[in-house]
Amino acid sequence: MNKKQQKMLARILITAVMLVGLNVIPMPELLRIPLFLGAYLLIGYDILKKALRGILNRQVFDENFLMAIATVGAIVLAVYQRSGDYNEAIAVMLFYQVGELFESYAVGKSRRNISQLMDIRPDYANVERDGRLCQVDPDEVAVGSVILVQPGEKVPIDGVILEGSSSLNTAALTGESMPRDAAPGDDIVSGCINMTGLLKIRTTREFGESTVSKILDLVENASSRKSRSEDFISRFARVYTPAVCYAALALALVPPLVQLAMPGVSAQWGVWLYRALTFLVTSCPCALVISVPLSFFAGIGGASREGVLVKGSNYLETLSQTRTVVFDKTGTLTRGVFEVEGVHHNTLPADTLLEYAALAESASSHPISKSLQRAYGRELDRSRVSDIHEESGHGVTALVDGISVAAGNRKLMEQLGVAWVPCDSVGTVIHMAVDGRYAGHILISDQPKATAAQAIAALKKAGVTKTVMLTGDIPTVAQQVAQNLGLDEFYAGLLPGDKVEKVESLLAAGTGKLAFVGDGINDAPVLARADIGIAMGAMGSDAAIEAADVVLMDDDPLKIAKAVKISRKTLGIVYQNIAFAIGIKVLCLILAALGLANMWLAIFADVGVMVLAVLNAIRALSVKNL
Amino acid sequence: MKKTYKIDVDCANCANLMEGAAQKVPGILAATVNYMTQKMTVELEEGRDVKAVMEAVRKACKKVEPDCEIFL
Repeated sequence: MNKKQQKMLARILITAVMLVGLNVIPMPELLRIPLFLGAYLLIGYDILKKALRGILNRQVFDENFLMAIATVGAIVLAVYQRSGDYNEAIAVMLFYQVGELFESYAVGKSRRNISQLMDIRPDYANVERDGRLCQVDPDEVAVGSVILVQPGEKVPIDGVILEGSSSLNTAALTGESMPRDAAPGDDIVSGCINMTGLLKIRTTREFGESTVSKILDLVENASSRKSRSEDFISRFARVYTPAVCYAALALALVPPLVQLAMPGVSAQWGVWLYRALTFLVTSCPCALVISVPLSFFAGIGGASREGVLVKGSNYLETLSQTRTVVFDKTGTLTRGVFEVEGVHHNTLPADTLLEYAALAESASSHPISKSLQRAYGRELDRSRVSDIHEESGHGVTALVDGISVAAGNRKLMEQLGVAWVPCDSVGTVIHMAVDGRYAGHILISDQPKATAAQAIAALKKAGVTKTVMLTGDIPTVAQQVAQNLGLDEFYAGLLPGDKVEKVESLLAAGTGKLAFVGDGINDAPVLARADIGIAMGAMGSDAAIEAADVVLMDDDPLKIAKAVKISRKTLGIVYQNIAFAIGIKVLCLILAALGLANMWLAIFADVGVMVLAVLNAIRALSVKNL
Repeated sequence: MKKTYKIDVDCANCANLMEGAAQKVPGILAATVNYMTQKMTVELEEGRDVKAVMEAVRKACKKVEPDCEIFL
């Protein structure tokens, strides 16, 4: 609590004690009235002051002014009716102040909590100067400097590892708790926490351009891009207060005048005035105005902790209305890395065939050769290979352990005069001939990501009605991937420009909002064209962070479903709060107009609604188990 | 020209009022008050004296909410 809040708390406590004392301890009227007045002024002097200034500034419909009118009115009414009940005015002021204090305290606290969660800002960088280690402001480190990161410290600036190897905790960036290994030569991203070894890093960027700064900037500015719900609330708040005031004025004047006009009925000025004052008490739209932005802020904060960066409240809102999700295939649903799927029609053991293939291709850096080497899994003894001939567009021939080995496509087999067996499966096929005889083929394909199918199912469960895949790949491969993952539609053989057109036609055809998910590198136009662009695997990629509206720090497709669920939950809370707050206010107004609610109930409802709405809003922060 | 200022404001509705007041100041094209991060982002007309315009914004905001502060 800051000083201002402590002072307010003291005022509230003293007033509360005085109020109880004045009602319990018997004392002469002459002493009681000044004490009541004192308590009222103690709790409400700042409101009265602000109200006065409001009048001078012609800001009549300001809640301070209305609170002042309501409470002063209640006192005047108490004097006029000789009821001696001054409790009401003081209590209304008291609860109003409790509400204000709670608002400022709870919101301040949750604001700090959320900011803290997102606080991945490194405080310093270690630089070696004259053989000594000094801590300097990361802003002062020039590009190309060498910095040291000790175990337990945050990597302050993007760079390349010169010396040392370690495990990195990227949880703050990606929400993924699995540590990553880092070795010399690897790029390292700021915001990771170095867990085990000392790292020497040459910086490749300034602090301001580093990943961590970009992310912070993005998240901090996110809540400035206001959603439609927030705009609605702002507009509502601007008309609500004046509307309630005019209604109060009407309530104070019209019924008594009507009564006056009717023969035999006396005008109940006091009754209607009291009801009008009760109206004024509920004139502050505080609960609404605070809870909606707080919900968005908490939702965006919770999401960023899970490695989902949402660039604005408006995007969170759009994401929650997403009905169609369009995916790019390679790198989004599939790993973008070729892998050996199987060895078929082999005359030799599969392992031996893979070994021959890996050795024959050992000199090549082609992704397919790499995948063969990975599938083989052991260290390659290059001395076993000789006479390597690589024929572009065909394959490789070589001598392995003195035996001739050919690995390539059917063209190579035909060239060598070897009868080959076609493969029934979809993917890239490497035919093998060993010692001049056909020895089988190896099937290689781009594997779907482990969680891709699960992600599609999760999206469906979260309310997405249509999932579409766009790819430049051949139709047979696309069809297989689409079938395996349970996608509704796929379009294959598309050039990058075709993808924009396809998204446009899907936008025109579909209902609800359309999200496009890509890697953000070569699909920026498509990301921009969709209602909402989601880029994944963005850690370290500026292009992706720039192009998309929602950025997934790692490349797990499950995060897409998670992002949608977070947005749905947040918007659910927003709507609950809007309905709840407006509902209770309207109910209070009706009850007050009918004379069923007194000022006590009105202020209780007002403060209570705000407290509940704020607590509800904070729920948006817990998104871990969605 | 876009600029961001740190602000201090206690209640959400007051932030709302500040936003409305700032938007009406001559020289301001757009103003957003972010209550959560306690920041005001303004877009100024090109060629305006930033200092003078922001002083006017501050005055306008103080008028609707005496308790607020904009750190210029």
